[in-house]
Amino acid sequence: MTSLFLLQLLNGAQFGILLFLVAAGLTLVFGIMDFINLAHGVLYMVGAYLMAMFAALTGSFWLGLALSLPATLALGLVLEVTVFRKLYDRPHLDQVLATFGLVLMLSEGVKILWGAAPLSVAMPEALSASIPLIGPMRYPVYRVAVIVAGLVVAAGLWWLIARTRAGMLLRAGASNRAMVSALGVDIGRLFLVVFAFGAMLAGFAGALVSPILSVDPGMGDQILILTFVVIVIGGVGSIRGAFVGALLVGIIDTVGRIFGPIWLKAIMDPAAAAQAGRTLAPMLVYLLMAAVLSWRPAGLFGKAVVK
Amino acid sequence: MSVLSSLQRRPEPSLQAAFALFALMALLPPVVVSLGDPFLIVVGTRMLVFAIAALSLDLILGYGALVSFGHAAYLGLGAYAVGVMMRWGIDDLILQILAALAVALPFAAVTGAISLRTRGIYFIMITLAFGQMAYFFFVSLSSLGGDDGMALDHRSTLLGAPVMASDAGLYYTTLVVLILTFVGLWTVTRSRFGRVLVGTRESALRMQAIGFRPLPYQLAAYLISAGTCAVAGVFLANQALYVSPAYMSWQRSGELIVMVILGGIGNLAGAIAGALVTIGLEEGLARFSDHWRLGFGLILVLVVLYSPGGVTGLIRRLTGRTGA
Amino acid sequence: MSGPLLAVHDLRKAYGALQVTNGVSFTVQEGQLHAIIGPNGAGKTTLVAQLSGQLRPDAGRVEYAGQDVTRLDMPARVGRGLARSFQITTLLPGMTALDNVALAVQARAGSSFRFFRPAASDRAITAEAMDALSEVGLDDRAYRLAGALSHGERRQLELAVALATRPRLLLLDEPLAGTAGEEAERLIALIGRMKRRLTMVLIEHDMTAVFALADWISVLVYGEIIAGGTPAQVRANPKVRAAYLGEDAA
Repeated sequence: MTSLFLLQLLNGAQFGILLFLVAAGLTLVFGIMDFINLAHGVLYMVGAYLMAMFAALTGSFWLGLALSLPATLALGLVLEVTVFRKLYDRPHLDQVLATFGLVLMLSEGVKILWGAAPLSVAMPEALSASIPLIGPMRYPVYRVAVIVAGLVVAAGLWWLIARTRAGMLLRAGASNRAMVSALGVDIGRLFLVVFAFGAMLAGFAGALVSPILSVDPGMGDQILILTFVVIVIGGVGSIRGAFVGALLVGIIDTVGRIFGPIWLKAIMDPAAAAQAGRTLAPMLVYLLMAAVLSWRPAGLFGKAVVK
Repeated sequence: MSVLSSLQRRPEPSLQAAFALFALMALLPPVVVSLGDPFLIVVGTRMLVFAIAALSLDLILGYGALVSFGHAAYLGLGAYAVGVMMRWGIDDLILQILAALAVALPFAAVTGAISLRTRGIYFIMITLAFGQMAYFFFVSLSSLGGDDGMALDHRSTLLGAPVMASDAGLYYTTLVVLILTFVGLWTVTRSRFGRVLVGTRESALRMQAIGFRPLPYQLAAYLISAGTCAVAGVFLANQALYVSPAYMSWQRSGELIVMVILGGIGNLAGAIAGALVTIGLEEGLARFSDHWRLGFGLILVLVVLYSPGGVTGLIRRLTGRTGA
Repeated sequence: MSGPLLAVHDLRKAYGALQVTNGVSFTVQEGQLHAIIGPNGAGKTTLVAQLSGQLRPDAGRVEYAGQDVTRLDMPARVGRGLARSFQITTLLPGMTALDNVALAVQARAGSSFRFFRPAASDRAITAEAMDALSEVGLDDRAYRLAGALSHGERRQLELAVALATRPRLLLLDEPLAGTAGEEAERLIALIGRMKRRLTMVLIEHDMTAVFALADWISVLVYGEIIAGGTPAQVRANPKVRAAYLGEDAA
């Protein structure tokens, strides 16, 4: 049982790290540019699809990864310049509507280009072994690599934001856009960079996950919801919050799904436990969010909302 | 209608526009039958159902500035109420509507009380969360068909009579309910309550400074909205003869928001127009291609970028009405 | 009424390291117009927010009509007759001047959970709203959208809305802000007329208004009251002069 728990804990951490990569870009965009981007999940999905395409074309996981990153970055730039730029000063509802439209377009576009059937990406040779955990249980090296990659990115982001001048601008921009602009910083350029970077992070997450999850047109929607939950729990605009929130969501969701029914069997009969587990498990993260918001209406690390 | 209420710049529910729409919709069945495409009556019924749902959302979104991203949950609750009642052998429409309300209102009371403690994006997200919870709840209930949902083999009856058995019968019944909903909401928005709600939207601080606490009014509006949407769900189940958790998905909630925004916020006739246009576009485009969502998404993006104020704004500009 | 209508005891409020309200105490007798003046950054708006219930003080008490209202929120205080007007206009721009005032009347007029009768047909409410508008001289602007009024007219409307709550004590937060000349004189005359019926605490920068209207002046500097007295006393006070060095002390 402990090894199963440890296994799920690791899976949850890996899922959480992935969520963090996607959420980081979104929370920055929302925090600094006050822009609700429903299309962020699609960027994750497109990253996965591009990865699948390049990996198939070149026959190499690593080349696929190396090619998909700049491709996703380019897509982010194109979207920013053609659509998002025009929406920064619009009310949130307009942003919701426009990005919703983009989600429809890009999701359908993916179906047209690659079909609706799921694609698969081969795991790289170097990482396809597994390492021993506890007793007979083994854990895939690839998943460990994902966790490590995510932590590296998280550390890099932290360093970028806390220690560099660019990061300082980001933090300043998050609290006072007008002031940063008054200081002579080119807000347009700053937004472009933030947005494109966030898109690349999301695409990176998609590419990373492609060998372990199926690459299908619905993956963008699934991750989007959870990403929003993460940034709301963590507090909009806070990278730290996104990290904590993502790990919480990843672990609770993963552990809850497997262990929920198991724990419930201790207090009710197996059939009822199975049903209850099936009902409650997907709800756990939403219950978590509701609980966090009841206690802190602006998320764990968010700024207090002005009433 | 008293002149004392301002009718100038801010969008007001336009009675004439609404009744023009109703007249048009009343003529739809005979027209499409004569054109040889009676299937369009079914499409028309969907339009009417979503018009009721869009109206309900406009009350809180347009008049209260509360962007609920989980509103489709009430559509689903209303639909499932029909499904369950039919299982138990109760076919009466009135009883089914009461059941729908009995489920939707408590859910709205609890979720509303929690959600309304938050603002802005947090409100959007927490309503989304509650919508998702409802969705997953019904997906997990294998007794109600789970992910696959339930088929219904007949429509509801009204006081024993199978008024809605025919497509045209269902259509006109739904139209009547739509008209009643519109009149009801129109009255509410012009009442004392409606005025407080609008004031709360424009400045919660100001309202507190004259002695109103926003929460009770927002909650009441939320309840009215939820109940109305559940009624729409009852008719949705009848129209599709099918009930599924997909009715409650967040994408559906997003679609409802799209309808309200497309029509022009805070304008009841606009909400109806938005629903008609959205469903019309979806169905129309679907006839051309399986990939109609691409075109639909593109239209949405273009409308937002180039026509603020949605359809209502567009019409206002085209007809040269000033003060939009 | 024996005691003061408003008694403020040692009010304190800090934002992080900044002590914005630093032990403010004063009293206001019924029927008085008590002005609070001070240079920019003195903390006047924060003080008004604490008196009206918008902000909770960190320490201290606010007593109104003999009762401790420190824990009460704004609507509760308004219900007891303690109301405020705003320096930055918070009128509802999409509604007419009349509707803005009518809402304030409606707040007192019994339940607002009425869903069926059109609000506009509430004759009693509309009549009372028109009265308030006449009193401030805006009756010919009743059906104009509040967002379409001139700045001076909006200041008048602010007063009408505040009056419509039938306050016993009215906190006026810079009612003359942004006005000058004839507009300002009209507002000063209006507030003067209001003195007969209600007690007021007037926060103002405009010294003409203050010295024309105040029965008593408190001087607020960096969150503390450094001087208080009749207008003549305050004018002669050297500490006040020093605080206003370079400023427009009439």
